[in-house]
Order: sequence, then structure tokens, then C-alpha cells
Amino acid sequence: MKYLLMIALLLPAFAFAGLAKDMADDPVMERRMMQLAEKVRCLVCQSEPVSNSHSDWANDVRQIMREKMIAGASDQEILDILAERFGKSVLFDPPVDKETIPLWSAPFVLLFMGGGILVYQLRKRKGLLVEEPLSAQDEQRAAELLNENTASDQTTVTSNQAKDPQA
Amino acid sequence: MMRFILPLVIFLVLAAFLYAGLGRDTREVPSPLVGKAAPAFVLPLLHEADKKFSPEQMQGQVWLLNVWASWCGACKDEHPLLMDLSRKNIVPIVGLDYKDKAEDGIATLRKSGDPYTLVIADADGKVGFDYGVYGVPETYVIDKQGVIKYKLIGALNPKNLQETILPLVAELQAQ
Repeated sequence: MKYLLMIALLLPAFAFAGLAKDMADDPVMERRMMQLAEKVRCLVCQSEPVSNSHSDWANDVRQIMREKMIAGASDQEILDILAERFGKSVLFDPPVDKETIPLWSAPFVLLFMGGGILVYQLRKRKGLLVEEPLSAQDEQRAAELLNENTASDQTTVTSNQAKDPQA
Repeated sequence: MMRFILPLVIFLVLAAFLYAGLGRDTREVPSPLVGKAAPAFVLPLLHEADKKFSPEQMQGQVWLLNVWASWCGACKDEHPLLMDLSRKNIVPIVGLDYKDKAEDGIATLRKSGDPYTLVIADADGKVGFDYGVYGVPETYVIDKQGVIKYKLIGALNPKNLQETILPLVAELQAQ
């Protein structure tokens, strides 16, 4: 019974050992691995990076990244290995090449198209406005209105000043 | 006139893209391995661990590599189709028991039948990784020169088998 108890007490330690295996011994490498894993799409959980996923597949990829890092592979080499096997879509930041050029150029193409439509619309609108010279009568009215406004503005200012005892 | 045509054109283009996207499974990414030589490996047989298998042994014949596991649910769905295919003896099917305990794999085959010409054990999934496996089951069609011609992610069904895989196998065998 005593032995059984001792074994039972040891069990959590075994469980912990099992968990710890997933963590690399080297925290610096682990950080590097996690940073790299952020750039890799988890294929089984969509829109989630491998660094965030608890899926089996993501665990495997992280483990393989560790192994490759221990073997001395550079970050780029590891990303290349992944892209070779799972396709470029596994990278959140795929390289620019003839296959991905539509993807990369799409924002610029859309911006250009939008700009073109804007310029076209503005030009068209400009053509619709006919600039007519003001008749003498209108001009006089405008001048009168402007004068009136200036005059009333001044009145407002003065009345304000009058109301303010400090001024 | 332009006022109506332009939005209509934009709508149609957008609709075409969205329609094309509708029928697609976003989980299915085109495998970059198609058209490339099947990655080399040496793995033990599931039933006789002291015997090894490597893809070069299949050189000169068209074969299927079917990735499965005892823990995989969809593998049970495609199992009857594989059994049927193996009875017809059209094409050798190599089973790759992916990330599985050997005894579980063996027990599954004993219980539900073994459609495979031979079964290899990829206990740690390393070979599966090299083949870009991320969803089991997966099935590869490999030609006489050892080049991967097709990769199916997910289970076989009568449709993809009759319309895609078997015609491709026949075509490759005729070459």
C-alpha cells in the first residue's frame, strides 16, 4: 500500500515530464522558433498561425522546426522546406514570384482602377458645370450682400465687447 | 449609359470570383509535390518491422500511396472503396499507417480487412511530413517513373475515384 501511494505520488511528475518534452531545452531557440511559427499558417485550423495552434499538425510542425534549428537550418531554409511540402499558401507572407504576382499586385491594381474611375468621374463632372459670367446686376447684389455681412460682423463684435465688462 | 454598364461589369467580375470561390474547399491547398518525384524514404513494414520498404521498389509500375491511421474517422468511410479496388486488382495500393501505434494499425486491418498490397508504418509521421500530409486520409497517384501525379486530400468517394483517380491510373499505366 505504501509503495502504491509512492507510485501514485510520482505519477504527476511523469505527466509533467511528458508535457515538458514539447518545450525545447533552449529558451532562445524556442523564442526563435515561435517567432518563425507566427509566419506559418496552420493548415488544419485556417487563419491561425502555427505558433497559436494546439492542433496535432501544428505541434508536429513546431517540433520539426526545432529539429531543423538544432540541425543548423536558417529561418529561411525552414520556411522553404515548409513551402516545398505544403505549398506557398502555408506562408502568411508568400514570396513574390510569377505564381503569387496576382496576389501581390491586386491592391495596387485596385487602387489604380479606383483612381482612374475617380479621375474620370471628376472630369465628367467638371464638364457638366457651365461657368456663366455674372451679370452686372448679380455682381452688384453680391457686392451689397458682402458689404452687409461685413458691416453686421462688425456690429456683432462691438456689441460683444459692450456686453463684456472685462474688455 | 456608362453609369449602368460600369457597376454591372464590376458586379459581374466580383460575382464570377465569388462563384468560383464557392465550390472550393479552403482546406484543400494545391500540393506543390504534384509533378515532382515522390520523396525517397525507407520505412519498416507494419506487419514485419524487420522488412523495409522504399518507393524505388515500385519503380516501373503505377501505384497508389494511401495515408491512413487507426485513429482516423474518414479512413473508415473510404475503406470499403479501397477493399473493392483491391479485389479488382487494378493498381497496387501501398498503405502508409501515419502516426499510429503498430498494434492499433494491425488490429484495425484485422478487424475490417486489409486492402493493401503492403502496409508501411510511419510511426513518428516524418515521412508523412515529407509528403505534405496534413489531413488524413490522403491518396497519392505515383507513376512508373516515381513522379507524384495527383494528390487527394480527404477520403476517396465513388465520384473522385471513378472520375479522377481511376482514369488517371489507366492513362499512366498505358504510358
